Amino acid sequence: MHDLAVQGGQLLLVLLMAPLLTGFVRKVKARLLRRQGAPIIQPYRDLARLLQKDVVLADNASWLFRLAPYLIFAATWVAAALVPTFATSLLFNWTADLIAIAALLGSVRFFLALAGLDVGTSFGGIGSSREMMIASLAEPAILMIVFTLALVAKSTQLSTISDVMLSAHVGLRISLGLVLVGLIIVAIAENARIPVDNPATHLELTMVHEAMILEYSGRHLAVIELAASLKLLLYVSLIACIFVPWGLVGAGAGLGAYLLGNAAWVVKLAVGGALLALFETLTAKMRVFRVPVFLGAALMLGLLGTLLLFVSRGL
Amino acid sequence: MSATLALWCVGVLLAAAAIGTATARLAAAGPIVYGTSLVASVLALGGAVDGLLGPAPPSSATLPLGLPWLGAHFRVDALAAFFLIVVNLGSAAASLYGLGYGRHESAPHRVLPFFPVFLAGMNLVVLADDAFTFLLSWEFMSLSSWALVMAHHRVGENVRAAYVYLIMASFGTLCLMLAFALLAGVDGAYGFEAMRAHHAGPVTAALVLTFALLGAGSKAGLVPLHVWLPLAHPAAPSHVSALMSGVMTKVAVYGFIRIVLDLLGAPEWGWSMVVLALGGITSVLGVLYALMQHDLKRLLAYHTVENIGIIFIGLGLAMAFQANQVTWAAALALTAALFHVLNHSLFKSLLFFGSGAVLTATGERDMEHLGGLIHRMPLTAFAFLVGCVAISALPPLNGFVSEWLTFQAILQSPDLPQWGLKILIPAVGALLALSAALAAACFVKAFGITFLGRPRSPAAANAREVDRFSLVAMFAFASLCLLAGILPGLVIDGLAPVVSGLVGDRMPVQLAVPWLSIVPIAEPRSSYNGLLIFLFITLSASLAVYAIHRFASRALRRAPPWDCGFPDPRPITQYTAGSFAQPIRRVFGTSVFLAREHVEMSPPGDRRPARLTVKLRDLVWETLYAPVAGAVDATAGRLNILQFQTIRRYLSLVVAVLVTLLLVLAIWL
Repeated sequence: MHDLAVQGGQLLLVLLMAPLLTGFVRKVKARLLRRQGAPIIQPYRDLARLLQKDVVLADNASWLFRLAPYLIFAATWVAAALVPTFATSLLFNWTADLIAIAALLGSVRFFLALAGLDVGTSFGGIGSSREMMIASLAEPAILMIVFTLALVAKSTQLSTISDVMLSAHVGLRISLGLVLVGLIIVAIAENARIPVDNPATHLELTMVHEAMILEYSGRHLAVIELAASLKLLLYVSLIACIFVPWGLVGAGAGLGAYLLGNAAWVVKLAVGGALLALFETLTAKMRVFRVPVFLGAALMLGLLGTLLLFVSRGL
Repeated sequence: MSATLALWCVGVLLAAAAIGTATARLAAAGPIVYGTSLVASVLALGGAVDGLLGPAPPSSATLPLGLPWLGAHFRVDALAAFFLIVVNLGSAAASLYGLGYGRHESAPHRVLPFFPVFLAGMNLVVLADDAFTFLLSWEFMSLSSWALVMAHHRVGENVRAAYVYLIMASFGTLCLMLAFALLAGVDGAYGFEAMRAHHAGPVTAALVLTFALLGAGSKAGLVPLHVWLPLAHPAAPSHVSALMSGVMTKVAVYGFIRIVLDLLGAPEWGWSMVVLALGGITSVLGVLYALMQHDLKRLLAYHTVENIGIIFIGLGLAMAFQANQVTWAAALALTAALFHVLNHSLFKSLLFFGSGAVLTATGERDMEHLGGLIHRMPLTAFAFLVGCVAISALPPLNGFVSEWLTFQAILQSPDLPQWGLKILIPAVGALLALSAALAAACFVKAFGITFLGRPRSPAAANAREVDRFSLVAMFAFASLCLLAGILPGLVIDGLAPVVSGLVGDRMPVQLAVPWLSIVPIAEPRSSYNGLLIFLFITLSASLAVYAIHRFASRALRRAPPWDCGFPDPRPITQYTAGSFAQPIRRVFGTSVFLAREHVEMSPPGDRRPARLTVKLRDLVWETLYAPVAGAVDATAGRLNILQFQTIRRYLSLVVAVLVTLLLVLAIWL
């Protein structure tokens, strides 16, 4: 019962917090550029407005095009609800381990790429084809990262990993540092942030994520935007729960502990969001064919982390 | 299952072949042959399921056929029962599909006699319990499938495909024959029982393993022995392609498992590195080749190569753990490999059925001439989509479960003492992840270009949904893909007797786990629940749909596509199969295929369109096969003069050879 409440709470919290994080990142970015920026709650207003509008559907859009937004949203939401945010004692945290969560996001991408191809416009094709190229490099990188983490924690279960990271005997390891950098690179690519993709651009030949969802409007666009926010929240929470697990509440804690855990999570999100905004402000968007090098670095970091762990254990 | 029942089913299949031969030109022949095959396959399937799950001991039977002093031995143990399930499941669906698809066949008399023989051959390979029967059935299977590849023999490329296939099949059988000869030892004990008891020395074991890899690997499509596969599989009629890709490659995997894990016993750990490396390379190369194709059936055939790589990664892991006596991890890896065998036979058959439906409806295999079929063929499109999601290893369908289990086995590699394996296995894991991600790209391309977008030819624009038999076959396999994905515990527990028979250990009982999760080792280490993921996604998607339609807006308008304000109604402006794969070709193809792009721009004022030409080179063919083929050709050319001699010269030649041979014999003795 207790676990069910925690699980239900997280389910709603991630949904409610996701637009806030997006708004916060935009606000910080605007301030860094010496702009006033939209209010933090602007994403909520955008969603509410989009939900009220008519859907303008392309003539030759199929049932898949109309179904895809809901599938994308649902799968992202499920994935986000399974990553420990403020508590590790989620009722269903054994439903999917880290590999399965990464694969769930793979399903999301699959349907998004198909939706991009459905109407048969050239922009949609560009977006889908590039997205799949980026994914083909990001997924092996994620797996090497999981491998290193599993070597340290002897588990791919996120709750177990964060428990192990909390315990004292892990200490500082070079491998974990390498993996952290790798995971950040992957997170940037997966969330279509600068330097891989620019979430604030249209009418540009370099766009990837925005190109796939170009034909969406109204409520369909709203759920896709919400899914994108959820994905950003998921990655920040994922990095937080692995590398800064302090404040995560274990099983059977009191109400006070949960409040504290939530506060810690909000602080982590804020720090993560601010760092992301700072990084995005400092870098320029790279050419599409430079992205493989960028993601290849993440793969190499993961591989290096694994090898270093072997060496440090073997000697 | 009793071996006798299986043999009766084989007998029925052979009778169907005889009927097919006699009546091939009548209209009723198709329904009779496919109907009989369907009944026989379903019977054998039921028997095999009973044999795997029931407590029955292995049953055997002997027929007074084959070598006079030996007879033909047949036996059904757990391993054979599992592969009989795979074979007969595929056969039943292909027969059902054939009932509808066969009506469009232009040359039924070239298909009907061989189809049941092919089914019988595959069943017999799995049933065989001595080397002679095994090899005979293996040749039976190869030759009948060769005849089916030649069914449309007036198409030039089919003849070439069949020729390459025939050569590779003979090569494979030769290797298997050598492997069995080494296993049989000097006393020539051809029965599998005697081979199992016989303990091979290290050199013999190494040779047997090499020959088994070459023989079974060439049938299964391991790189670099895969060259015939993408030529031959698409050339056959689509339901036969489904059988060749989905089932016959699995029979080859069965051959490898039977020889290496059962008859030979666990080999040295060093050999697992060979299998692992081959598996990893095969999986990545297979999917890269597949991505470069724009022929739908050839894409699917190349993709079979990838999945064979994944299966061999699992087998290599099992060998590595078994060599180090880590039996629980070996059981995990072998379960993953066998699960993938079942999964691949399901979704690859489904996808080939789908491509056959597209071929029937449009007459096209080339994706550059398709598009928009989701509007004209919604049911086929849905079934094909399920297959695409499953083969791309995406949750909650079945492909993900077997790859997840393989990853779980890979994560156990730190327990191994050898440094070579410790470093190789994570690298193979990275290759596996790469191939899974590329597979997703490949099937976004296959589905997106074929079924989505706007039709690229009149044939695609006027396509019609296919017949009911084909649809039933496709939907049956689509639902099996879903079932195996959300209830993987059933399959894993069903595989337990097979796995414990081979490695002496099994995975923990999965059906006892609450909520039907699967837990390979222990819950704090890893677990996955496809059922809950499926339910959660369905529930939250329905919730979102309901809430939005109830409380927000449900209005919808149709309008021309926006496309950033510059929509072009011509279908030619869409992304093509080639352009979809271009980023991946640029990233990987420049090294793997030495891909070169050449842009030809017309000078200013000239109104001819610019052209982009891409050159891909198949390095495997160029470095391994072309030199051999060239050498054979050159030698044949030299010897050609022998063909045009007078009778006197021939006679003197014969005498000279005879004298030389006698002289050699005299000196030698």
